[in-house]
Amino acid sequence: MSWLTLANDPLLSGDVGWTVVLFVIVKTLIAFGLLLVGVILMIWFERKLISDFQNRVGPNKAGPWGLLQTLADGLKLIMKEDLIPDKADRRVFILAPFLSAVPAFVVFSVIPIGGAFDAEHGGVLHAFGHDTYMQLADPPPGVLLILALSSIAIYGVMLAGWASGSKYPLLGAVRGTAQMVSYEAALGLSIVTVVMLAGSLSTHEIVASQAGAGYSLFGAIPIPRWNIIATGFVPFVVFLIAATAELNRPPFDLVEAEQELVGGFHTEYSSFRFALFYLAEFMNTITMSAIIVTLFFGGPAGPVLFGWGWLSGLIWFSLKLFVFLFMFVWVRATLPRFRYDQLMNIGWKVMIPLALAWVMLLGAINIARDEDWNLPAVVIGAFLALVAGWVILTGAVDMARRRRSAELTEEALN
Amino acid sequence: MGYLDGFRVTFRKLFEERLTKDYSKHTGGKRTKPVRLHGRHVLNRYEDGMEKCIGCELCAGVCPARCIYVRGADNPPDAPVSPGERYGFVYEINYLRCIHCDMCVEACPTEAITETKLFEFSFTNRDDSIYTKDELLVDDDGRARRMPWELWRGGEDDQTSAWMRVTSPSGDADYEGKVSWSAELGYGVRPPEKGQSG
Repeated sequence: MSWLTLANDPLLSGDVGWTVVLFVIVKTLIAFGLLLVGVILMIWFERKLISDFQNRVGPNKAGPWGLLQTLADGLKLIMKEDLIPDKADRRVFILAPFLSAVPAFVVFSVIPIGGAFDAEHGGVLHAFGHDTYMQLADPPPGVLLILALSSIAIYGVMLAGWASGSKYPLLGAVRGTAQMVSYEAALGLSIVTVVMLAGSLSTHEIVASQAGAGYSLFGAIPIPRWNIIATGFVPFVVFLIAATAELNRPPFDLVEAEQELVGGFHTEYSSFRFALFYLAEFMNTITMSAIIVTLFFGGPAGPVLFGWGWLSGLIWFSLKLFVFLFMFVWVRATLPRFRYDQLMNIGWKVMIPLALAWVMLLGAINIARDEDWNLPAVVIGAFLALVAGWVILTGAVDMARRRRSAELTEEALN
Repeated sequence: MGYLDGFRVTFRKLFEERLTKDYSKHTGGKRTKPVRLHGRHVLNRYEDGMEKCIGCELCAGVCPARCIYVRGADNPPDAPVSPGERYGFVYEINYLRCIHCDMCVEACPTEAITETKLFEFSFTNRDDSIYTKDELLVDDDGRARRMPWELWRGGEDDQTSAWMRVTSPSGDADYEGKVSWSAELGYGVRPPEKGQSG
């Protein structure tokens, strides 16, 4: 049974017969299809919405409301000539798009997209004589898998730029790699707070821990037990910003800054290989929104609206997902691109210290709760310590900057 | 909250009325064209059917896009094509290059070349993009010839050279309202438009 602990899904807990294998295959196909259809709709949605934000009309010719525009574009892309530049490192050049697209697919497999998260079901769906979660896989290191795969996706960007044998892709790739590596730290640290609260890395467990009635304001207004409130809002904000940077979406789209880098890392790509990058980009947007929903907003957990619990779970998930997809487009339509040094400053001097401090604060509170210490005292003490740390950090940064500028003026005088 | 003001701005745009009109629809999408719009050229003829072009190549010389190719030839004495000594033997305009600046029209000493208001002509190969003299020359009734790929709308080819007739020659107010141009096949002499002084 040892290999079975690779997955918590009740589907795999008993004897694994051919029906179970079939079940898993069907689930895989459904997840794959859902994501593909989702991407097609997302590209249309983004183009339509961003034109609304910019007082334009957007695609409206292909199909009703331009719904088939993505299909038309995809078809066009696939039928175009597939170019590999002479200077390109052929094997790596061919590999890179897959390194981007495959992780984008796989990450989605650990997202719970439905199921009734109440006391009776606990997110388990009973279908065709089998119990299963409404997610493709629920490996115990679930959240780590997400982080690991998004790190692999960086290789796609990096190798694409490097293998193109051209300067703009290389510049874009260098920017992208540096940016994604720096923001991954903040991303991971804000996930740590969630994991600390849920006590598990499994995405299913994280959702389950957020289900059910939460606190209530003034005894009347119910507040859900979502992690966004339980972790104190700050990790969510950090995660949101880091996720935007991780996705290379505006205002952090320095990787593809058209005005400076042509197309960034995928400048030399065309046809199907470019389509893969394009697909991965939007797939990541959907997946990242889904991760935000899972980690901070209770995923599919929510009050059962009508008969089928699992369906209402799916509806809650889609609604929450939609809010974040909307938000990503809204941010794109509103904010101008960051300057590169600003990007790095925010990443290293604000996001990472803030995320780290918040992890320590929550850790202190957790320990205080377990050990029965005086909670207010611990909170105040920890807070003061963090403020002191903040002052020291900014002081150090300030001093370093002053010394540097003094050095520079001295050099200039000599 | 200076940082978040921008979000309000973009959000408000969601509910604003779109300025874009659906061009592909005939209703509402297309506007009436201004009288002096620069479109596809025509080569005019006098009332007696003689061609106005004298093959002087001034239009080709002045063309900034170098899209006009003219070759003049001596008029055959027994069957002259134009009233003068020479006539435009070859006259071609390449519409892949033409920028519709109307400088050829200004340069023409005989008002032979003028522009219609037609701009919706999407040919699908390069041969069609080069209009020959046959295609540019007006018909026997003085109207522009219509190619199958041209989308003519009403009134686009009357008043082809109207913009030239708006003001008096050289801007001299003494000549305002006085006709100083030649007659045209199918239209005769048209009255001058409103002058500079109102």
